[in-house]
Amino acid sequence: MSFQPVKFYQTGTLTVGNRLLAQDERSVQANQMRSNSINSGHRACQGCGEALGARYAIDAAMAESNGQLIAANATGCLEVFSTPYPESSWQLPWIHSLFGNAPAVATGIAAAMKVKGRNDVRVVAQGGDGGTTDIGFGCLSGMFERNDDVLYICYDNQGYMNTGVQRSSATPPAARTATTMPVGPEPGNVFGQGKNVPEIAMAHNIPYVATATVADLRDLEYKVRKAMQMRGARYIQIFVPCPLGWGAASHDTIRLARLAKETGMFPVFEAEHGEVTSVLKIRNKVAVEEYLKPQKRFAHLFGKHAHPETVARLQAIADRNIRKYKLLPEGEN
Amino acid sequence: MLKQTEGSKAVAEAIALCRPEVICAYPISPQTHIVEALGEMVKAGELTPCEFINVESEFAAMSVAIGSSAAGARSYTATASQGLLFMVEAVYNAAGLGLPIVMTVANRAIGAPINIWNDHSDSLSQRDSGWMQLFAETNQEAVDLHIQAFRLAEELSMPIMVCMDGFILTHAFERVDIPSQEQVDAYLPPFEPRQVLDPAEPMSIGAMVGPEAFMEVKYLAHAKQMQAIELIPKLADEFKNIFGRDSGGLIRTYQIEDAETVVIAMGSILGTIKDVVDEMRAEGHKIGVLGIISFRPFPLEQVRAALIKSKRFIVLEKSLAVGMGGIVATNVRMAVTGSGLRGFTAIAGLGGRAIPKSSLHKLFRQAEQEELEAVTFVDLDWAAVNKQLEREKQTRRSGPIAENMLHDKGIVGVSAKFG
Repeated sequence: MSFQPVKFYQTGTLTVGNRLLAQDERSVQANQMRSNSINSGHRACQGCGEALGARYAIDAAMAESNGQLIAANATGCLEVFSTPYPESSWQLPWIHSLFGNAPAVATGIAAAMKVKGRNDVRVVAQGGDGGTTDIGFGCLSGMFERNDDVLYICYDNQGYMNTGVQRSSATPPAARTATTMPVGPEPGNVFGQGKNVPEIAMAHNIPYVATATVADLRDLEYKVRKAMQMRGARYIQIFVPCPLGWGAASHDTIRLARLAKETGMFPVFEAEHGEVTSVLKIRNKVAVEEYLKPQKRFAHLFGKHAHPETVARLQAIADRNIRKYKLLPEGEN
Repeated sequence: MLKQTEGSKAVAEAIALCRPEVICAYPISPQTHIVEALGEMVKAGELTPCEFINVESEFAAMSVAIGSSAAGARSYTATASQGLLFMVEAVYNAAGLGLPIVMTVANRAIGAPINIWNDHSDSLSQRDSGWMQLFAETNQEAVDLHIQAFRLAEELSMPIMVCMDGFILTHAFERVDIPSQEQVDAYLPPFEPRQVLDPAEPMSIGAMVGPEAFMEVKYLAHAKQMQAIELIPKLADEFKNIFGRDSGGLIRTYQIEDAETVVIAMGSILGTIKDVVDEMRAEGHKIGVLGIISFRPFPLEQVRAALIKSKRFIVLEKSLAVGMGGIVATNVRMAVTGSGLRGFTAIAGLGGRAIPKSSLHKLFRQAEQEELEAVTFVDLDWAAVNKQLEREKQTRRSGPIAENMLHDKGIVGVSAKFG
């Protein structure tokens, strides 16, 4: 019988192992009775951030709702890799209708549960950034404005990955996608005005808005559970690196998610009724190069024909996030 | 109970009697009065339990109905024209998922040019969507068809549009017999879904299906509509037993037994047509009428049987298959394939153009003499049309067609802005 030493800390992280915690403080995912809502055997790529995020988010929502949960799913990677018939990975009632209507379908389900007096049954809607920040945006805003009793989860991998890595309104400036190629004098995606959907969600004054990454899964579980303890429209945007679309190594998914947070490129915070209530502070601030360099979608910014001025503009975006959300520890902002 | 009431109000009362559980509302003329009335009933607590949801678009209206229907709630919405087109992706999806949603379409033209008046272009554009489509001739029939529609949709697990002419019916005040709750309850049992989102029995709805089964799924949608051909007359018979009137069915004929010429139409224009036929009959013309109530499924055999003893038919339709001719006429011709019957298509009433009796008298007499072209545009202003065609030959930048037509017809100024 081989001997395996018990590790209390995951190598290279600041995350404490579950075994040091009391039973009731352990993660949902550590519990043998977790729902396995998106079961093994699905077709996500190696290192898929979305599969990891969905697994933790939906299991946490299931735990908080005592298994009384229905999911509406937008078209996209998550929908495709978790199905097709008859190989569904979903262990909860799940519906896919269209690319742009998951928030409205969820509203309909919530209305049906209300009219039938099933207040115990909760509703979650989910989609990628394309389905959320672009094509589903009208329905999302309508659902927020009415304060329908739906938790909407956006798995943000910054592009249309299912259709072959095209630009979405969540694609960062300078990034290479199939529709923003690294050619010409200004290679990659344009520097637009950006579209900060968590802030737009906050502008609806809905009860709860949060961002999270797959680098901090305890934080993700906490936010989903907190959201599920509330009623009304709630929104969580989870940063989920895409090895295929970003040209990154499969084993770098969690590292890249952490770097996005540690550089300030992706602020992690929560807000209630339109006001920020907490931010996840940066632990070891790093320059954006560290985040950009492992990703082929930014490769044109470095090397022989480097674009240091573009990197500087991206650093300015990160710095602005750090100022705006006060991401550095007290006294360092 | 007999009432002198607006068509929309009568339909709203009929819907309420059907005990809908979720209603999604988005305003678009001319259906708006229906959802307004329903919203008031829900707000006042007269229609309960029911969730009335003011959505942000027609696309959302149909999407909310998809969610609520899939979760087992009887779901209703109403739309027209641009609204129906805006929700098209969800319209097809509801049918593909087999969700028995009932939707009123207050038939209205489609722009451009934007136009709020009645024709049948909107719902006919959805003829291949998998939805059933029943056309009401009167407001009484609109009321009755909605009650039958929930029964039909839920028995087959397929969605259905009840089509009523915008303004002509929706805004007309006339006498309508509103059934009692007891009658409707006796006719329409509670909704028992074939598939439902339920945590006690988790299932995946709407996942991807590849080439190995897609054809079969689509055939089964067709098979459902073929079942509806059998079911629609049965439901009309049952309706008569409980409510005491003839309403619905696949087709309705008038003075057709010895008719040599048969006029075919859908919706409220059938009333005018019957008046003209009465007048022509008084003069000895052997002319009759075939009203099509069920456009989808299209009752091929019943239409053929109704026409087969005649010599010719003319389809008078408020729709246009641009680049081809008629939409209803194409379906009718399919029904009489190989019969040797002479058929004519008349496009009339687009965008609310009045269809006066005088025009119909002339048209039907020409049809009797077989003096018509294959496709006739009733009361088209050829002078204005030809002037524009000539203008386009002469001038590259000939301007907006719609504005030119109004100028040429003398409605705006005396001459076209663009020469």
